[in-house]
Amino acid sequence: MIDFLGEVATWLTTPENWEDDGGIGNRMTEHVLISVQTVALAAAIALPAGVAIGHSHRWPGLTTGIVNIARAVPSFAVVALALPFAIRLGLGIGYWPTFLALVLLALPPIFTNAVTGIRVVEPRIVEAARGLGMRERELLWQVEVPLAIPLILAGIRVAAVQVVATATLGALVGWGGLGRFIVDGFAVQDNVRVFGGAFLVAVLAILTEFGFSALSRWRSPRGVSQAAVAR
Amino acid sequence: MASEQTRASGSPPERPIAIRLDRVTKRFPGAASDAVTELSLDLVEGEITAFVGPSGCGKTTTLKMINRLIEPTSGRIEIFGEDQASLPAHELRRRIGYVIQETGLFPHRTIAQNIGTVPHLLGWPAKQIRERTAELAELVGLDREQLDRYPSGLSGGQQQRAGVARALAADPPILLMDEPFGAVDPVVRTRLQDELIALQQSLHKTIVFVTHDIEEATRLGDRVAIMDVGGVLAQFAPPAEMLRQPANAFVEEFLGNERGLRELSLIPVSAVPLLRCCELAPTASCSDALAAMDREGVDWALLIDGDRCVGWLDRDLLKEGTSDVRAVAEPLTRSISPSHTLREALEVALTSHTRVAIVQEDGRYRGVLPIERIAAHLEDK
Amino acid sequence: MRGDQPFIRWEWIGDNRGQIWDQTVQHLELTVIAVGIGFLLAMVLSLIGIRFRRLYAPITSLAGILYTIPSLALFAFFVPITGLSTVTAEIGLVSYTLLILIRNITAGLEAVPASVREAARGLGYRQPRLFWEVELPLAVPSIIAGLRIATVTVIGLVTVTSIITLGGLGLFILDGLRRDFLTPLLVGTVLTILLAVALDAALLLAERWLTPAARATRGAPSAEGGSIAQ
Repeated sequence: MIDFLGEVATWLTTPENWEDDGGIGNRMTEHVLISVQTVALAAAIALPAGVAIGHSHRWPGLTTGIVNIARAVPSFAVVALALPFAIRLGLGIGYWPTFLALVLLALPPIFTNAVTGIRVVEPRIVEAARGLGMRERELLWQVEVPLAIPLILAGIRVAAVQVVATATLGALVGWGGLGRFIVDGFAVQDNVRVFGGAFLVAVLAILTEFGFSALSRWRSPRGVSQAAVAR
Repeated sequence: MASEQTRASGSPPERPIAIRLDRVTKRFPGAASDAVTELSLDLVEGEITAFVGPSGCGKTTTLKMINRLIEPTSGRIEIFGEDQASLPAHELRRRIGYVIQETGLFPHRTIAQNIGTVPHLLGWPAKQIRERTAELAELVGLDREQLDRYPSGLSGGQQQRAGVARALAADPPILLMDEPFGAVDPVVRTRLQDELIALQQSLHKTIVFVTHDIEEATRLGDRVAIMDVGGVLAQFAPPAEMLRQPANAFVEEFLGNERGLRELSLIPVSAVPLLRCCELAPTASCSDALAAMDREGVDWALLIDGDRCVGWLDRDLLKEGTSDVRAVAEPLTRSISPSHTLREALEVALTSHTRVAIVQEDGRYRGVLPIERIAAHLEDK
Repeated sequence: MRGDQPFIRWEWIGDNRGQIWDQTVQHLELTVIAVGIGFLLAMVLSLIGIRFRRLYAPITSLAGILYTIPSLALFAFFVPITGLSTVTAEIGLVSYTLLILIRNITAGLEAVPASVREAARGLGYRQPRLFWEVELPLAVPSIIAGLRIATVTVIGLVTVTSIITLGGLGLFILDGLRRDFLTPLLVGTVLTILLAVALDAALLLAERWLTPAARATRGAPSAEGGSIAQ
């Protein structure tokens, strides 16, 4: 066992393994890049929609429904189904199916947390703001959104971790990323590569989770407590 | 109740000591001072004792030390002569009934199952538990139908009753109650207090209950223990005695400014001799009436037919020359019975035109109780 | 995938009925084992966390880390140790259930009203009977909520373990991927979702059955005020 871990450590620290397109460096970059891109795109879509719908207080059961459905659909299936879809669209294999799947997976947590974040702002506060003469837009941007930031950030955090995790599966549809080491190593029974790849992915995921936690604590307006997150 | 009233606290009790607290002290870890300080108290079997006092006086802590929900830091507690520390705690508690303000009824069990908790813990056969449950339901005033419901389906007063039934299920000799009626509204509270008094008359348990309401304590308690902050016993005496002779300034202040009135609420009308005067037959004339009023120096007279009071006469309404007094007689609106308290009599007298309370028993006229006589009774003591 | 291929080839489903059934059963087995073991483990850890307050944070942190590690990576960690087997898959799956189950079990047990606990002790209850007869039954709704989430999550994750165990509905998804064949891909996906919905509903029914007290107040008008004279 110790020997094995030693081999992994060696693999991780050998400079040649970091070079080239198939090297650790590039794969890591690919992985991080696609995660950032997909979460950003999903946020760009889901945040405005979520904030708007949250503010309108319509469709009260919506978030619960979405959360339940999203939980029941396996992420692996989403990635797998994205492939034929992408091919039909002429986008080929590898990057685009992965990209598509990741955006789809990132949408629900960001959306539902944005909706919930706005909706749980205390009605009394909203009423007071309106009573002071705030217009809807001012109310939204100066009161509701700032107070919703903890939950919104939590939603982005959940999405980011989910995306970093599922990007690993992109290797199964022809993409690169850190999952490549796991899948390729698996194919040739190179356990060192499998373990090494897994280690890198795990570290990345944990860093993402804790990075966002720290960010959330730093960026939340003072006085707004960290509400529990819908996981 | 009257006989216990007159017994001075210093006289030796005729019955055994159910609970003896011997220099019991409790200090919570990390606390700056004692919650209960060297408390010594003898509670007689078959009596209701009320622990009362301001917040922080340790009354609830003391109660919970009796059934060892809280362990004393030092001192000894004896239950019927036995050191309570000699039994395992859970066994001790199965022999002592315990009722709390929030009831603590198990939400996931029916009322019947709740009531049967201690028998269930003791391993009674199912049939016996069922019979006992039915018996208790009747005793505390719950319908059969309510037994199959869950606690959330009952009103506050019904839940309290269920809590009491549950505490009595295994027929423990001692019943501990922690502010049992605090969570219900005043109307229900009075009703429950009455029912507790009635229950006690048939069961003769040793009851210890904690309350912050001095009214409740004096109303229910055979003896009242007033405690000061830090679990210091300020006075332990029957309520009438305490009201008449508060032991110190703290007790006096705690009893409040209505001590006299409170004392009146402990004395029945039957303890005071009634006044008989100004009684006229319905056939009397106005001049007879006025003459009677002048003789006694009052502005009213009563019309008595046989042994029933059929009305009263107001001097202002009588005109010289009216022959039939019945034409100007006022009907009787309120009267009280000998079992009412002097406080209720005072209320009636104060609000009546005549300044007296008319006393009747089973419809038969007994006499009147003027305000002065009520007040005099207080002054005599 | 050829653009002229029909969406679903129903004959394939007919031809492979046996396989489909087998893998569904396999999928179910893997799920039940994972959630079962996870539940027992989580119960033990929760009780430890409640009894020894200081251990609660480390336990949940560890469970949290396990939850954060991507599924494929977690499985990959154990492959060199326990090989390509159900055991490897189960270790990973069980790890995922821990966080949510520990959270819900702990929350459920701590939500038991203090007055109920006090009354129970005052009447003469002591552990372990107090736990089994009073605390646990009252924690059931929270526990089952956790079980539902854990079960649905695991069902999704079992699709990934098909890579390791070569069992479960994930096989069809893999097959569809490799052979450019949409039908098994869809069949695998749809059946996984249906399985999740079915188990979720089953657990919901189980909760209803286990909590007759909640049934009594469900839909019924609330009790007459709080304290109106009877």
